[in-house]
Amino acid sequence: MKRIVNYAPGKGATIILGALPLILIAAVYLASSQARLAINPNDKLMPSPASFIAAMGRMAGQTDPLSGETLFWLDTWLSLARLFTSLGISLVLGLVGGVLVGFIPYLRSSFGPALAVLSLIPPLAILPILFIVFGLGEFSKIVLIVFGIAPFIMRDIAIRVSELPREQIIKAQTLGASTWQMIVHVVLPQVLPRLIDALRLSLGAAWLFLIAAEAIASQGGLGYRIFLVRRYLAMDVILPYVAWITLLAFIMDYALRRLSIAAFPWNNVREN
Amino acid sequence: MTHILIDDVWKEYGDITILERINIELPDHEFLVIVGPSGAGKTTLLRMLLSQEIPTRGRILIDGEPIAAEPMKDRGVVFQRYSVFPHKTVLGNVMLGPEWQGSAFLGRLFGAKRRALKARAMALLERVGLAESANKYPHQLSGGMQQRLAIAQALIMQPKVLLLDEPFGALDPGTRKAMHVLVRELWEENAMTIVMVTHDLSEAFLLGTRVIAVDKYRNDPQAQHRFGATITKDFDVRPRIVRDSWRQETGRKPAVEAEAGTGETPAMPSGASLSLGLA
Repeated sequence: MKRIVNYAPGKGATIILGALPLILIAAVYLASSQARLAINPNDKLMPSPASFIAAMGRMAGQTDPLSGETLFWLDTWLSLARLFTSLGISLVLGLVGGVLVGFIPYLRSSFGPALAVLSLIPPLAILPILFIVFGLGEFSKIVLIVFGIAPFIMRDIAIRVSELPREQIIKAQTLGASTWQMIVHVVLPQVLPRLIDALRLSLGAAWLFLIAAEAIASQGGLGYRIFLVRRYLAMDVILPYVAWITLLAFIMDYALRRLSIAAFPWNNVREN
Repeated sequence: MTHILIDDVWKEYGDITILERINIELPDHEFLVIVGPSGAGKTTLLRMLLSQEIPTRGRILIDGEPIAAEPMKDRGVVFQRYSVFPHKTVLGNVMLGPEWQGSAFLGRLFGAKRRALKARAMALLERVGLAESANKYPHQLSGGMQQRLAIAQALIMQPKVLLLDEPFGALDPGTRKAMHVLVRELWEENAMTIVMVTHDLSEAFLLGTRVIAVDKYRNDPQAQHRFGATITKDFDVRPRIVRDSWRQETGRKPAVEAEAGTGETPAMPSGASLSLGLA
């Protein structure tokens, strides 16, 4: 009898074990859905898979009277546009700000504490302020997401920059590098993998802020739709939408991970 | 020609004295090795030569000019670790310095200049035995290869003085021996000044032309930090006059050989027979 920590599953068993909880959840849902529908065929809380397909067919078939586009794709497009715009802005802010604050001692002293305070303000608490100041349009939603994740990315990058071995910076100077050259050729390339990691970690938060902002004031978007059909207890729309959002988030995460491996071959094997 | 003068240099942190009254004069083409117990301040001395640390008193002159207050390309360095850039290939690492020199904004050369630099870098890599690994990343190299890369990277800048901070400390004994030979040969070929810190005495006397020991000369039990370390021993392991005559002998050798037909090479005077009075 070995210790428990010394038993490891094989390759096939790993896949089966990983799928097991998901299959279990699906099975429990299907069983309880069937049981409820047997008692009340009009039950709205746990619809059958057939009604999911019917509802999604409706959403994909129905066109928005304003734009003339199908609701489902319009919602997806609106949400992703908001998400990518704010992620892009946050990336640029986080990278530029993080490298400068992490690398230049005077900037670190000036902005380090402010950044720490700023990143501790709960973004949703200032959502009303954003709505008051910027109105209910797209801008305040994007500001909310940027405010939620940019300080996090910035701090993360700044910490990573300050963790670069001092020897490397000295060596670069003995090779005649200027501050600009050190930033571009020594610091930036080495924090880019970390930037992708930080982005992956903040994807969850970005979706959270996106859906919160859409739920409160919007005229379209995945979060808007979920909160809209909540009034009719339309679980047959909500649940597929949640699954769709999860799938989108998963694809983004996966793509970023592949990108990180492909773009930074030197980073794959860590120093011992 | 490089002439280094360390003139009455002190290093203090508040009340704590690390080094005091350091005076050395290094003529051209010297291989100075600094030995001493851990924490004595030998690395601090090297860092002051590098301007990574600034002396609190005294001055350091190279060729009669005070050194810049920040690391500059006149002083190359190889540390024990982290001396190379992990995100650049071997060739990229060596080309980095001249590329920075040649292009202030982009830090990249193009066309004929790039080809010339590449040829120079490859020749240097060939010399240190890394030509086959030119396109690998540092993490794919062994510790000894990484140090050879760090040396090549520093040498391409043709620094006046090369500073080595325990460069072989993390290497296994076999690799270390090979590195000794390489560094020795590079020192001869490039006729440069090397300052090296080590705590391996045999290494010090094998490589150095001059060995200094840095240690506390006085210890006050009531105030451990009252007295800093200074140069307690100074050995001319291979005095210049011996080296010069040796070089002349080797220069004369082909002629002598042609006459007498002997293939004997005069051995480099070794300091191994000298013994240090270190406790």
